[in-house]
Amino acid sequence: MTTLTKNKITDQILELHQSLNNFKDLRTNGAAILEQKGLPALKEEEYKFTAITKKLDQNISNFGPAHTVQLNAELVNEHLFEGFDGDLIVFNNGIYSPEFSHFSGQDYTIAVLDQEPQESLGTIAKMEKDPFVALNSTTFRSGIAIHVGRNKQIEKPIFFLFFNQAHNGEVISPRLFIQIEDNAEVTFLENTVSLDENPYFSNMVTEIKVAQNAHVHYSRLQAEHRRAIVVNNFETDIHRDATFTSSLVSLSGDMVRNNLSLNLLDSGCEGNMYGLYLLNGKTHVDNHTNVDHTKPHAESNELYKGILADKSRGVFNGKIFVRQDAQKTNAFQQNNNILLSEDATVNTKPQLEIWADDVKCSHGCTTGQLDEEALFYLQARGLGKEQAKGLLLYAFAGEVLDKISNDGFRAFVTQKVQERLGGSY
Amino acid sequence: MLTIKNLHASIEGNEILRGINLEVKAGEVHAIMGPNGSGKSTLASVLAGREEYEISEGEVIFQGKDLLEMAPEERAREGVFLAFQYPVEIPGVSTTNFLRTAVNQVREYRGKEALDAVKFLSVMKEKMKLVEIDQKLLSRSLNEGFSGGEKKRNEIFQMAMLEPTLSILDETDSGLDIDALRIVSSGVNKLKTPQTATIVVTHYQRLLDYIVPDYVHVLYNGKIVKSGSKELALELEEKGYDWIKEEAESASV
Ligand SMILES: Nc1ncnc2c1ncn2[C@@H]1O[C@H](COP(=O)(O)OP(=O)(O)OP(=O)(O)O)[C@@H](O)[C@H]1O
Ligand SMILES: [Mg+2]
Repeated sequence: MTTLTKNKITDQILELHQSLNNFKDLRTNGAAILEQKGLPALKEEEYKFTAITKKLDQNISNFGPAHTVQLNAELVNEHLFEGFDGDLIVFNNGIYSPEFSHFSGQDYTIAVLDQEPQESLGTIAKMEKDPFVALNSTTFRSGIAIHVGRNKQIEKPIFFLFFNQAHNGEVISPRLFIQIEDNAEVTFLENTVSLDENPYFSNMVTEIKVAQNAHVHYSRLQAEHRRAIVVNNFETDIHRDATFTSSLVSLSGDMVRNNLSLNLLDSGCEGNMYGLYLLNGKTHVDNHTNVDHTKPHAESNELYKGILADKSRGVFNGKIFVRQDAQKTNAFQQNNNILLSEDATVNTKPQLEIWADDVKCSHGCTTGQLDEEALFYLQARGLGKEQAKGLLLYAFAGEVLDKISNDGFRAFVTQKVQERLGGSY
Repeated sequence: MLTIKNLHASIEGNEILRGINLEVKAGEVHAIMGPNGSGKSTLASVLAGREEYEISEGEVIFQGKDLLEMAPEERAREGVFLAFQYPVEIPGVSTTNFLRTAVNQVREYRGKEALDAVKFLSVMKEKMKLVEIDQKLLSRSLNEGFSGGEKKRNEIFQMAMLEPTLSILDETDSGLDIDALRIVSSGVNKLKTPQTATIVVTHYQRLLDYIVPDYVHVLYNGKIVKSGSKELALELEEKGYDWIKEEAESASV
């Protein structure tokens, strides 16, 4: 099983990329990395709790690209959340679908990334760091680039809606490259819809540049079907006085790995990472986050919360680097988990590397059961046990949900969470 | 209304209640006193339905029904209310937040129609006055950062909202200054009717000047070792518990 990384999967992939004629340099580099390293082996430190390669080997029969499927307007509309008011960018198995997308195009541009030269691609999410970035770079067919110009305040959210469906367990490789120029403000929302229950592998790469004094919110919902295998590499360069806030709510899937990296490249910038994983069945969600403080006076806040039922599994790894130059850094990290069953597990690990001496850093993690005292208290007031549990769990989750800045999307995600917890509060 | 017969309860293998007998009738106020660790809160918790306790013997009949058979929420809906000695903190859940659901569940059980948001608010306003509690407090995370007095007033406020038949107040007076004590006990007194009954657990005779008991019981070592009228509380205040302990010990030899 351990050799499969360099045999079956990579061979297929390397063969495949020969047939793709765009992005030659990027693909050649990616292929070289894959050939050399393969996908993560079981003993690989970064993936030690998440045997993703084995999972792929067992479930994905064809490492070729998933071809686009039939969509229709009705279907697309069904998956807009109530009160949605913004621009819509639809992806069909990872490929941008202009037919179902709509946006004014006044304040920003969207370009299809299907040919060279695209010098910037791969400069933020570097493929040396993670083999799945190399894999995406080698095999993605086309992506999109979004450019928000200086001083543009985009009031309505930009909603990325992904429709995924593979017939033979194929690979979906979305690729986004987003540049937000100085002083611009924008909110991105993201949701992925699985169109059936066939297994697929979605391997996405998102690169974002947040230029000086720009402010960006990016909220994502992961509620794919129970056989979806998902890897996301999401990396952001954050420049002087800029802020970037990520909210990520994971509700389902087979195995999901989220790599989220915020590079705080200058003074005065702020990076926030909020996450909720509410899991049941055998869903496995692994959040690896990384915040890199390189200059003085920057701040990062991180709060991830997990509720795990049945045989689900959560992994949290939070790296904080504070470089020698980064004096007066404020960095906060918190990971709290509630296990609802004896078969659910969580592995949580903060990893702080601090080279500066004048910094404020704090981190903490807890894993426990639902507070029995609180449960009894609410029951003693007349609330049914399930209802009381739901209320307590919802209160626990609410702290993260509150961070979703867009009202409509927050309500939509909140409703999904409440449905899972049983009842409304 | 409430009949407790030979109630034995234990936790983690330790028998805490060792044969409690108590009869409470509608309209009555019973005070339960006793030294620390004698089992007063255990009795209150067992009546409210805390599941950690094992009931090895005895029975509790509440308005003709077997109380021990019921889940905590059923007891609440039947009309049992426990004001906690140490009310729990619940981050992210405010009083208003859970109380409307609680009140409506209780009302539904009792065959009354649910209160809509507007009605609920007006009932709340009325009951808030009873214990002079601020609405802001009720929309904060439950008991988080509340002062001792605020916690206890909040308990009585909830009691007012839930309209119980039997209220068990576990040291609702402890730690209160005299003003807060007056507010809380006048709240309790206003809620009293000939159809309801109250069990007050307290260490202090002072409370009983305001909530005047019909009976005073002394709980010691998991048993009610002495019962009397309100004068017993005065005697205890004066003489302490040593004489009771001696009496109890010589009686058990
Ligand atoms: N979870 C537990 N495990 C073991 N012993 C317990 C537990 N909870 C309570 N006890 C014991 O039961 C006894 C009775 O406790 P309880 O709280 O009922 O006393 P109390 O009369 O209410 O005291 P106080 O006046 O201090 O409130 C004490 O000895 C206490 O240590
Ligand atoms: Mg007590």
